[in-house]
Amino acid sequence: MASNSGYEKYKSDGSIQGKALEWFDARFPLTAMWRSHLSEYYAPKNFNIWYVFGVLAIVVLAIQIITGIFLVMFYKPDAALNANGIPVAFASVEYIMRDVQWGWLIRYMHSTGASAFFAVVYLHMFRGMLYGSYRRPRELIWVFGMLIFLALMAEAFMGYLLPWGQMSYWGAQVIVNLFSAIPLVGEPLSLWIRGDYVIGDATLNRFFSFHVIAVPLALLGLVVAHILALHEVGSNNPDGVEIKKKLDAKGVPLDGIPFHPYYTVKDIVGVVVFLMVFAIIIFFGPEGGGYLLEYNNFFPADPLKTPLHIAPVWYFTPFYSMLRAMVWPLFGLDAKLWGVVAMGAGVVILAFLPWLDRSPVKSIRYRGPIFKILLSILVFAFLILGFLGTKPPQYAFFGVIPGAPVAQILSAYYFLFFLTMPIWSKLDKCKAVPERVNFK
Amino acid sequence: MKADIMKKFLLALLFVPVTLFAAGGALELDKAPNVQGDQAALQNGAKVFVNYCLSCHGVSFVRYNRLTELGLSEQLIRENLMFTADKIGEPMRVAARPAEQKQWFGVTPPDLSLVARARASEEGSGADWLYTYLRSFYRDDQRPTGWNNTIFANVGMPHALWALQGQQVLNAQTHELELAVPGQLSPTEYNKQVADLVGFLVWAGEPGAGFRKQLGFYVLAFLFVLFGVTYALKKAYWKDVK
Repeated sequence: MASNSGYEKYKSDGSIQGKALEWFDARFPLTAMWRSHLSEYYAPKNFNIWYVFGVLAIVVLAIQIITGIFLVMFYKPDAALNANGIPVAFASVEYIMRDVQWGWLIRYMHSTGASAFFAVVYLHMFRGMLYGSYRRPRELIWVFGMLIFLALMAEAFMGYLLPWGQMSYWGAQVIVNLFSAIPLVGEPLSLWIRGDYVIGDATLNRFFSFHVIAVPLALLGLVVAHILALHEVGSNNPDGVEIKKKLDAKGVPLDGIPFHPYYTVKDIVGVVVFLMVFAIIIFFGPEGGGYLLEYNNFFPADPLKTPLHIAPVWYFTPFYSMLRAMVWPLFGLDAKLWGVVAMGAGVVILAFLPWLDRSPVKSIRYRGPIFKILLSILVFAFLILGFLGTKPPQYAFFGVIPGAPVAQILSAYYFLFFLTMPIWSKLDKCKAVPERVNFK
Repeated sequence: MKADIMKKFLLALLFVPVTLFAAGGALELDKAPNVQGDQAALQNGAKVFVNYCLSCHGVSFVRYNRLTELGLSEQLIRENLMFTADKIGEPMRVAARPAEQKQWFGVTPPDLSLVARARASEEGSGADWLYTYLRSFYRDDQRPTGWNNTIFANVGMPHALWALQGQQVLNAQTHELELAVPGQLSPTEYNKQVADLVGFLVWAGEPGAGFRKQLGFYVLAFLFVLFGVTYALKKAYWKDVK
């Protein structure tokens, strides 16, 4: 009997396990799911190294969820001081680090995993830009991806408050205060988010709830939607050629190979290489030179002691630079509000890429010099913005070139890249796209 | 060819921010000698800490019996180091309560369990900062305690180790520290005591750090073998992809 999705139901060969599988498959689309998403999901055979980061994002998500489950068993979201005068939340993290069996490993996996998540997601997004993976018919995959990115930012931001160190506390204070820049509703809104006039126990507990339940649920749902949408239209590839246009007699793409086993065995190699990098950081440098675990965060939160320099963790710093770049009170509104608008727009504008890009080709391989040069500068601008975001606003390169105007110029470039994309992407001199994918 | 140049250009851009990290730096810190792995030094550091620091500063995330990892027996710990607790599994906390300390000193002296990690910065490691700090106290009659510090201006803490180091003064002309009244120890001996004390605080910041690094080599060795196996598997499967 055929299932609803058109795949044949499993027929038993008479063995015990065969009968069990037949019974199960008659009541659940097991064979159909296995085939449509793995053994008969045809992926282009010319994927390169850039295509490993999607799988790595899933691996990191799994690491975060599993280590998170164990951390919640010992972590206590409580801002009150213990008998030694240390906040309970802060002390419970150190309890995990010192007294819980293998707690240090689980905690370092989770703290390093947060940075790893952003690293692989940024590279995954950049892959999309290199090969035009967001172009028709994959616009919705990209939009789901952007929602995942937003959820991830919320997840990381709220998770960072939980260790209740100085940077946790003051970072949250700065970011929640941003909402107060919104005219009329700003002040009550930030009060409502904090649940108090300052970041306090109420904030800690609600951030814990969001970090552990609400946002991960949304994240998982969005990941499923992202993958379902991908499997509906099929994967793009480094040539930007639609493999579904050339089918064999059975309707299988000529340049497609089954995801399982070909890409499962290939991705496992990528996962192992990733785990090596991950292990090097966890075992030999979990602080990442102060970029993964900020040194100041080893001081417990102190509401009476504002740090001289409050910097977010590296993965937020490019957007933080855009926020700080806006120093002009335009149209009679506070400069802070324009900073918030710039930071938000910096993230949201990426979601419009599918409609901003008017190039006749998808892949960078067949695009002209305009795209290659402008994209290279964009990468450069994004990295420098990220670097400047870790520094105080008065930072100067080599002590002479002031960082603030550089951040303003690069932020302007970032927005101009996207806003003028409909024009320059059309003008570019593109090469002819081949009929079939390139495969050595 | 063109694609090659573009790739190199992109790569070059990627490395620009890395070279920028080298810039900057305001505090001049002395490099702390690394005594991790030197059990005698760490034991001495623990002794200095208990004798000179623990009356005001706890390391409350370290339990007394964890000092066995420095090569001390539980009996030695009980007899020589355990003045603020009854049971060997209790944390190394101060005898006074934080609220009492606040009443006496105006502030609660901070717990030092993580100070060696928290004081790290671009200028140097937390150990460098502590090593410099504990050797930079000088007499200052303007301060209520009679002490000030060149890398921690208007510090609240008096110089707890002054009997060992002696009394330094700040030369108004050269802005250098000079030893005006010698202490029980020569400057070299004093530096060694401070290095050991800082070494103990580094250890206390993450007592498991040594084991973590050891384990790392085994994990990487395993992953290296796993890489060989998985790579061979991939090669075998992909043979027939044309």
